[in-house]
Amino acid sequence: MRIVVLLKAVPIVGTERLLDAFRVDRGSGLEANGNDEYVLEAALQLTEQHGGEVTLLTMGPAGALEALRKGLAMGAARAVHVQDDAVAGSDARGTVRVLAAALGRLEYDLVFAGADSSDGLGGVVPAWLAARLGLPYLSYAARIEPGPGGATVRVRRISPTGFDLLEAPMPALVMGTQLLGEPRYPSLRGIMQARTKEIATWSLADCGLQPAGVGLAAAASEVVGATAPPPRGGATIVRDQPDAAVTQIVDLLASRRLV
Amino acid sequence: MTVRLSEEQLALRDAVRELADARIAPRAAAIDESGEFPWDVVELLASHDVLALPYPAAHGGLGGDLLTVCLAIEAVSRVCATSGLIVAIQELGGLPLLLAGSPEQHARWIPDLAAGRILPAFALTEAEAGSDAASLRTRAERDGDGWRIDGAKRFITEGNVATIVNVFAVTDDSPEARRAHRHLSCFIVERDMAGFSAPKIEHKMGIRGSPTAELVFEGVRVPDANRVGEVGEGWSIALRTLERSRPGIAAQAVGIAQGSFEVAARYAAERRQFGRRIGEHQMIGALLADMATRTEAARQLLYTACQEIEAGTPLAGRWAAMCKLFAGDTAMAVTTDAVQVLGGYGYVSEYPVERMMRDAKITQLYEGTQQIQRLVVARDVMARGS
Repeated sequence: MRIVVLLKAVPIVGTERLLDAFRVDRGSGLEANGNDEYVLEAALQLTEQHGGEVTLLTMGPAGALEALRKGLAMGAARAVHVQDDAVAGSDARGTVRVLAAALGRLEYDLVFAGADSSDGLGGVVPAWLAARLGLPYLSYAARIEPGPGGATVRVRRISPTGFDLLEAPMPALVMGTQLLGEPRYPSLRGIMQARTKEIATWSLADCGLQPAGVGLAAAASEVVGATAPPPRGGATIVRDQPDAAVTQIVDLLASRRLV
Repeated sequence: MTVRLSEEQLALRDAVRELADARIAPRAAAIDESGEFPWDVVELLASHDVLALPYPAAHGGLGGDLLTVCLAIEAVSRVCATSGLIVAIQELGGLPLLLAGSPEQHARWIPDLAAGRILPAFALTEAEAGSDAASLRTRAERDGDGWRIDGAKRFITEGNVATIVNVFAVTDDSPEARRAHRHLSCFIVERDMAGFSAPKIEHKMGIRGSPTAELVFEGVRVPDANRVGEVGEGWSIALRTLERSRPGIAAQAVGIAQGSFEVAARYAAERRQFGRRIGEHQMIGALLADMATRTEAARQLLYTACQEIEAGTPLAGRWAAMCKLFAGDTAMAVTTDAVQVLGGYGYVSEYPVERMMRDAKITQLYEGTQQIQRLVVARDVMARGS
């Protein structure tokens, strides 16, 4: 089973800064997007159980390398890094164009993507990419497994009544959630081995793309404003003996009509 | 000379730190309070190859150099000194084998040590042979094609949970052999050997999750295949082991100092008295500045010592003693100041600094007291004239 995992390098959570035009600063301090680590973990478990290899694919600046190294240390076999000054400022459409072109040069049975990224939060790239590539799209996967016979993939998606079981022929694109299970920490052996794994750096030209279709200038959507969330109100901390504390908390909730 | 960590060392250090923060730090207070050996931490460190660091790749290790091993010990000790000691002992207890063991012995034990499937212990100290380690009384006598060991060891870290114990015993009691330091030999005693027992576990001030055992050897039959190095080579093996293991204790000390400094710095940035953050009061600010400076100085001495020792300096014993001496005293001073910065909160177990202060004390005592380290350095100074 050949799985390509889309791994985005995002600003370290809690340190995000905006540049002019409300663009996210990706100049320093990047880490692997949390949701992407969950689908990478699922991909690694699938290939460990059923054979195959995991390839990481990212589009991002030079600083994305550390996030790729972590993914390789976790167990991915190789990585492709699309790095080109012209992609800076790309919106979801530009990103999808680049990723689709890069995927066109890779062989795969499955493409995995996290539900969204902690910096962009649009959550549209996986579906858009599947549509552009004409791949079946299995979203919000809480569990991923091969279908009976091996030519299909099965996904569980949590529903109000339990879970839906989705099945699609491969190749397919799966968008997963954190219900897939905690990503592993890279072992020290993995970190040392990661140093010798291949990270291919591709330019736009390597992907067969012209700069005109991507980047800030070609963006179809524009961020017109961003504001910091208002500071949260002070918390009420109840310190008392258990019975008295429970009474106080219940009274508090009742006074706000929450129970 | 300055020490720049390689990209790989930085990546390994950060990975161990992340693991320690997420998985060991939340356990540290409970490990201290229960005083029980944290087998779950052994499992965690083994499964992430931290215990494999000091061992050669040919036997399943990672072939990490001394500095890399110390970076791991420091990163773990920063949150839990007991857990950091597990990494240090995994190295210490394997060193006699690495330094003097035969290829057969390597093949027999090192894969299990590197995988963390077994724990080792290093048994030199006796009740009456502490700083005067060469005066030990445990004996090994020829018995057919093997040896028979009688005696007792005291203050042996992890002695009761180890599968293999490096035991140093007298094999030649003649005055000539003693004078030439050829009176000792090193043997691997296996836990299930008849006559071996660990009857007593010490109740300690710090590193409370790390068991410190008294070991008793009553006619323990040990095959000659378990003898490490030549007959009479024991003292030399012990000294060469300490040259590489004392930096590990220095790393534990730097980690403890760093951990307590971070708690104190965070507290000083949050706690307000007299209308401002207490770190903005000069007297607290001065404490924080000294803590940061001392800790960094100890760290740099340790890193340089590691590189010098790894490069084969003839001054290895001196570097090892100097970094352990300085780092141990630093850990004690910095953790004491950390308690001071936190005031009354520092003295209660709600905050971790009182534990770190108790843990720091051992780094001034074991693997040679600070007085012994000074003796090593002073003797070297007098021998070289500088």
